[in-house]
Amino acid sequence: MTSTLKSCTALVTAGLLAVQPAHAQMTALGAGEGQVDIVAWPGYIERGETDKAFDWVTKFEEASGCKVNVKTANTSDEMVALMNEGGFDLVTASGDASLRLVAGKRVQEINTALIPSWSTVDDRLKDAPWHTVGGKHYGVPYMWGPNVLMYNTDAFAGAAPTSWNVVFEEMNLPDGKTNKGRVQAYDGPIHIADAALYLMAHKPDLGIKSPYELNEDQYKAALDLLRVQRTLVSRYWHDAFIQIDDFKNEGMAASGSWPFQVNLLQADGVKVASTIPEEGATGWADTTMLHADAEHPNCAYMWMEHTLSSNLQSDLGVWFGANPSVPAACTDGRGMMTAETCKTNGMDDFDKIRFWQTPVSKCESQGECVPYYRWVSDYIGVIGGR
Amino acid sequence: MSWLRPASDALWRHPRLLLALLLVPPVAWLGVVYLGSLFALLAQSFFSIDEFSGLIVHEFTLKTYRELLNPANLDIILRTVTMAAVVTVAAAVIAFPIAYYAARYARGPWKAVFYLGVMLPLWSSYLVKVYSWKLILAKEGILSWLFETLHLTWLLDAYLAIPVLGGNSLSVSWTGTFLVFLYVWLPFMVLPVQASLERVPLSVIEASGDLGAAPGQTFRHVILPLALPGVIAGSIFTFSLTLGDYIIPQIIGTSRLFIGQAVYSHQGTAGNIPLAAAFAVVPIVIMGLYLWAAKRKGAFDAL
Repeated sequence: MTSTLKSCTALVTAGLLAVQPAHAQMTALGAGEGQVDIVAWPGYIERGETDKAFDWVTKFEEASGCKVNVKTANTSDEMVALMNEGGFDLVTASGDASLRLVAGKRVQEINTALIPSWSTVDDRLKDAPWHTVGGKHYGVPYMWGPNVLMYNTDAFAGAAPTSWNVVFEEMNLPDGKTNKGRVQAYDGPIHIADAALYLMAHKPDLGIKSPYELNEDQYKAALDLLRVQRTLVSRYWHDAFIQIDDFKNEGMAASGSWPFQVNLLQADGVKVASTIPEEGATGWADTTMLHADAEHPNCAYMWMEHTLSSNLQSDLGVWFGANPSVPAACTDGRGMMTAETCKTNGMDDFDKIRFWQTPVSKCESQGECVPYYRWVSDYIGVIGGR
Repeated sequence: MSWLRPASDALWRHPRLLLALLLVPPVAWLGVVYLGSLFALLAQSFFSIDEFSGLIVHEFTLKTYRELLNPANLDIILRTVTMAAVVTVAAAVIAFPIAYYAARYARGPWKAVFYLGVMLPLWSSYLVKVYSWKLILAKEGILSWLFETLHLTWLLDAYLAIPVLGGNSLSVSWTGTFLVFLYVWLPFMVLPVQASLERVPLSVIEASGDLGAAPGQTFRHVILPLALPGVIAGSIFTFSLTLGDYIIPQIIGTSRLFIGQAVYSHQGTAGNIPLAAAFAVVPIVIMGLYLWAAKRKGAFDAL
């Protein structure tokens, strides 16, 4: 009888341990679980299917035995929603999603000691506030880059626009035609920050310190600017591939965009180029974060190590027009990236970029700010013509 | 197999038991899987969302419904209902002559050609059709090329200059959204109208003529009333399909949201399931009213 009881207790304890989610950080790595499920931006995790030369998955799968399953998401909100739903191990979260994930307890602290290449991470990113909360690391830096201004070189007669005003104010472009109906804007509420960044440079009396921390007056000014933009924009872009199609078939002249679209369009022979105008740019700095209830934590840790140590940092940088989180990837020849491409992608422009953050009510610069949920509903209103 | 015989006897003696056994699985399917999931969604609309973390607060509140009445959200509802109504009326107007010809005049192989012509668009993927329309309607697309070849670009430009209806190009205008909706849902209108027209007895039409009615009078007083249930049945399809669609307005149009997109973006992207659920209630209510009116008109008598 006692032995039955004992084994029962053992079973219950084992059950409890198994049910207990891995909220505490892991201390040792075990064998791989055979797969890892990742939520990622489109174009972020390539296995040579779009272009044979760009593959940073196959070797990982062979070496680790972990099959990589990718679910792409087009906006940060989509990523947060997918992580809230669960069933994924990792997410490549931008700064406007990462803190929400931490606050919502959807991601867990990671143990950097289990990631041998942690020491090679860029010092500017190691303790970045979008993944470090209270001294705890909630992820491994993945990639970062600017939201560039993409423009049609014919419409601008070969000279790069120097200001974001081409997408915010009505004007004639160098080709003599108006920009009305020929510009696009991003279909995500975070675009309000681009308007705020523009106002920082052009209406200093508003006193905007950070485009993500806006009080009521500053926020209203940004929305007013976006209402002007609404009259210029014929279609907001949501899906990178629809924007690519619009630059090919709709005669688009300029839009905020990602280097990803610029590279694909240039590869197709479309006359586009990109620039970071004088106001600076918003940008993204993405972090690979581990789900609080990850089912495949060992594979997930192996993937995090792989993101830092393999050709990924280098080849993804070339593919996406982004910057590696491991500076050595620019020069050590682990992939196609060279010091030259790193410079083009803006490796030295780190300080010009305002990285995406989630706007919160209690903000650092002025105490009371307009929180994100209002950005969401108001931006829907602006697009709807309100 | 000794239990088979008593079991079979019992079923024979109690026919209701047999009926119950046969009915339980489909009713369970309808009740649990279909209605159950629907109510689970609707129940969400009485919750609200924590504004920072995006997690749902599971407490009863009507806050979410109040949010639905914001001007921006009311815009979305009105916009969608207007589009659905316009698409439905246009589909009925276009489908009626097609269905009339197919039902009354087409014979033999022509009839098959008509059926094929109406059904063919349903065989290819919905997305393929929408993307090809994007290419047709684009500024540098097939339609503008056609207008240019015919030296009619001025006509297209004049049309695009009309406020609300026009835009920078057809593919970013309300007209574009309307055309694609109309194309995609037209078969759902043609088929029920054709079925109802085929049921109008020829003798009645002849009698009307014999009694001295002009063709127009026969159409207004005999054919149309008898075919109306078919038109209403078709309109239920086109209206509800337009009301719920979220893909066409995202690819073709002005980026202003429709109800389906609002549900998608609040549920799928903003994680605001309560507001999404509240939005989902809107088409259900509208369709409920619509079906109630349609029933009174006798749209379901022939079912």
